[in-house]
Amino acid sequence: MRKLLAALLTAGALFSVSVLATETAEIENVNNGGIASLRGITELDTTREADELKRVIKDRSPIDRDYVYQPPLVPHQTRHYEVSLNANKCLSCHSWKYAGEMGATKISVTHYQSREGQVLADVSASRYFCLQCHVTQVDATPLIENDFKRVDSLR
Amino acid sequence: MKLILKFWRKLTAPSKAAVGSVLAMGFLGGIIFWGAFNMGMEATNTEEFCSACHAPIVKELKETIHYSNRSGVRAICSDCHVPHKWTDKIVRKVQASNEIVAFLMGTISTQEKFEARRKHLAVREWQRMKENDSQECRNCHNFEYMDFSEQGPRSRKQHSTALASGEKTCVDCHKGIAHQLPDMSDVPGW
Repeated sequence: MRKLLAALLTAGALFSVSVLATETAEIENVNNGGIASLRGITELDTTREADELKRVIKDRSPIDRDYVYQPPLVPHQTRHYEVSLNANKCLSCHSWKYAGEMGATKISVTHYQSREGQVLADVSASRYFCLQCHVTQVDATPLIENDFKRVDSLR
Repeated sequence: MKLILKFWRKLTAPSKAAVGSVLAMGFLGGIIFWGAFNMGMEATNTEEFCSACHAPIVKELKETIHYSNRSGVRAICSDCHVPHKWTDKIVRKVQASNEIVAFLMGTISTQEKFEARRKHLAVREWQRMKENDSQECRNCHNFEYMDFSEQGPRSRKQHSTALASGEKTCVDCHKGIAHQLPDMSDVPGW
């Protein structure tokens, strides 16, 4: 019995050592050829230091649009604003019912239409998740140069 | 029977012990009782105790600013749901004895059962906070100490008008700040 136990233990120890050995095996060919991507030059076997988290603009006046039909950007924080099956926090200010009273931008009439253009009594289910199109902003510099120009009517 | 009678006589007859030692015993007994009572109160105010039944909602709290934030201040369940004033606290604790029945019946023992009851529980708590003018919010967030110049335009507008006049209380607007919301379709302001 004791012999059997000893044999089992040694087998177990050997097995775990072999597992450890395979796990710590060196990754070869980590050189990325010196190509700098948007996140800089990082070899595959090194973990790059994370960028600073950007801070969301707290509260400011509406942000001008850059093109016609652009979904207006969100000029305030939306942390912990619940948009779920049960509740939509955005609509408690931006719905037609409350926009005037709250001094908020009214949601567009297009949100009260079905895909086929049929007029609905309430916000269309396909428009319900506001933050899919309307996004908060951070003070971030563009990663690459951008020569986008607004259309004449918005300039 | 004889034994009981004997014990009763002993209780009713004047003690042979010195008044001082009787007083001392009473004093010590008092300290022990009071300590145990307060310990019981503390023990039923911990996150672990609340989690025993309200586990899903305690999990939701952990993602919110009242639990995790830059300055390291934390509000746990009892900070908002148990009054801080002693008399009010006792009243709430006595009411809570009813909740033991709910625990034994397993009213919210599963996630599904809890979801079905979320609205009921939420409405009851909003009502309680409306009645005491959001006292548990105000234990930390004192209106008198608010600096409107540090607030954003949206909050300044609401706080300097509706809240200042007493027309609205904190919980009228700040619902679901520490939990997910129930179905809000018939709630005013939603």
